[in-house]
Amino acid sequence: MAKVKGAIKVDVEKCKGCSLCVVVCPSKVIALAKEVNGKGYNYAYMANPEECTGCTNCAMVCPDSVIDVYRVKAQVGA
Amino acid sequence: MADINEIIKEENLVYSKSKILTDNIMSYCPGCTHGVVHKLVAEVIEEMNIQEKTIGVCPVGCSVLAYKFLNIDIQQASHGRAPAVATAVARLKPDKYVFTYQGDGDLASIGTGEIIHACNRGENIVVIFINNGIYGMTGGQMAPTSLIGMPTSTSPYGRDAKLAGNPLKITELIAQLPGTTFVTRQAAHTPAAVRKCKKAILKAFENVGNKKGTSFIEVVSTCSSGWKLSPVKSNEWMVEHMLPFYQLGDLKDE
Amino acid sequence: MADYRLMKGNEVIAEAAIRYGCDGYFGYPITPQSEIMETLMVRKPWEETGMVVLQAESEIAAINMVYGGAACGKKVMTSSSSPGISLKQEGISYIAGAELPCVIVNVVRGGPGLGTIQPGQSDYFQAVKGGGHGDYRLIVIAPASVQEMNDFVGLGFDLAFKYRNPVMILSDGVIGQMMEKVQLGEFKPRWTDEEIIKMNGSWATTGKTSDRERNIITSLELDSSRQEKFNHKLIEKYKTISEKEVRFEKIACDDAEYLFIAYGSSSRICQKAIEIAREKGIKVGLLRPITLFPFPTKQIQAMLKQVKGILTVEMSAGQMIEDVRLAVEGKVPVEHFGRLGGMIPSPNEAVQALEDQIIKGK
Repeated sequence: MAKVKGAIKVDVEKCKGCSLCVVVCPSKVIALAKEVNGKGYNYAYMANPEECTGCTNCAMVCPDSVIDVYRVKAQVGA
Repeated sequence: MADINEIIKEENLVYSKSKILTDNIMSYCPGCTHGVVHKLVAEVIEEMNIQEKTIGVCPVGCSVLAYKFLNIDIQQASHGRAPAVATAVARLKPDKYVFTYQGDGDLASIGTGEIIHACNRGENIVVIFINNGIYGMTGGQMAPTSLIGMPTSTSPYGRDAKLAGNPLKITELIAQLPGTTFVTRQAAHTPAAVRKCKKAILKAFENVGNKKGTSFIEVVSTCSSGWKLSPVKSNEWMVEHMLPFYQLGDLKDE
Repeated sequence: MADYRLMKGNEVIAEAAIRYGCDGYFGYPITPQSEIMETLMVRKPWEETGMVVLQAESEIAAINMVYGGAACGKKVMTSSSSPGISLKQEGISYIAGAELPCVIVNVVRGGPGLGTIQPGQSDYFQAVKGGGHGDYRLIVIAPASVQEMNDFVGLGFDLAFKYRNPVMILSDGVIGQMMEKVQLGEFKPRWTDEEIIKMNGSWATTGKTSDRERNIITSLELDSSRQEKFNHKLIEKYKTISEKEVRFEKIACDDAEYLFIAYGSSSRICQKAIEIAREKGIKVGLLRPITLFPFPTKQIQAMLKQVKGILTVEMSAGQMIEDVRLAVEGKVPVEHFGRLGGMIPSPNEAVQALEDQIIKGK
């Protein structure tokens, strides 16, 4: 049985911490960092990476196009 | 589990920034719908492979700076006049995909004449109309599309129809004009809405290729700075207040 | 073979545009220049050369169509008369600010406001000193005959593209409405897209190809230091134009002791006035500025060695006279004679004014 695994990469310096990705993530993967970037924004990051399925919801609603989404099909038990 | 570094590899990339977007940091406020719609326009241009054939016209308003973010030839236009500018471009360069990108103050107030007449002539262009019910760039003043009761800096006690008239559903007016072929109202606040909105933009650009006349896409949008709400709360407010009045869906598709 | 016709000034503007390979005309009806668009619509140049002609919904739309067309590197123009030109001013400022080439014809009528539909020259300040907002200049050329209505369309486009600057043909209701013999120009083909890319591809929005950066047409610069730099660049351009593009005509100036300075239809009246004055023994000549910006300041100064006084004749309350006085710097008396509200001065009135205000006044 194949399980879909995903991950996101956030362009931290361009993220404005708007949270729109946080609320659309069906797996509650994303949170805003306690740290801030160069512009003073609490940027988005994968707080819960194991749950990411690479569904692209976060990237799709990101107004600043700062999220790249990756996805693999991992074999369970392999 | 697979190591994250095992997943984040070029061959596993399923979504990334469009190549039609520049590397400039967008000047829009956090959560602004402009960014999403810019992205969708860029993705459509990239997927249709029409970078060489696209000319954008972006008038005064927050998106007057769109030329910094879209990697295509762009003309910045004066307030409200983009449809006139685009008319000439489309007529003088009929092989190009010409679009305007206008806000509600621009399109539905100062530029009402230009948009009505360009649509009525059926200019072969795409019109993208960002409706967030407020003037963003100048600091949150009342727009022609501000809702009744909506507080803005020039309607601080809420828009009063007796004083300021009613919110203008200009898209409904536009749909009546024989020159338009596709008139739709979209949003971009959820992944599903974004997908639908992109489909509409794609169809509109394809219509230009097929010389079908004017395609008009309203995107009901947020302005968290103007509305004085967080981006997430703005989306909620939009769903609760804007969408019942500005109902989503196609008004015309010929 | 030379192609001579008897034509109205306004009609000639249309014909000259077609023959000069104009790509687009965008207008809105207003008296006394509506024959320009009417002639184009009868001629249907889109069938002949592919030229686009469109009646816009307003003067504002028309000038913004010109902006869009010019931004594509195309030869585009508009025409109007005074109140309509006022409506175009925002667009003209944007065109100047974005450094776009175009030709704008103003067949002037008397104002202010709706004023009259009869001829005037009361838009000199608006044309020469700005009109719209911001530090910019138009190149302003003033035809005095139907022939020049023809010739200045081509000259206007040449100057507009040479300097990437809007050019105004400042005509008036007399020149626009009168019929004269005119020698029309040869037909020039419109530029092909390849030619436009070759000539204007460095700046025009012709579609971003992989071999160049995107072209952006804008007059916006939020960084003040960069905006100031751009303003200085414009000033340099206007300086070059002032040095290289002054055009004027001198009539009966060799022995002149007095001088009329007049442009457009007033200069024609002055030619007759010279005949009348010379019969009376008054040695008067005419200096006719053809370009109003750049203004023939040095050419006027060169006349100061020989003339004792200058009368400007304008169909206005006295507008060009300010530039004449700036040139003369008080060295000789400079007075104004004008008729207003659509009234046209007669040659006799001009001579009388010369005698009363300059010769006797001295």
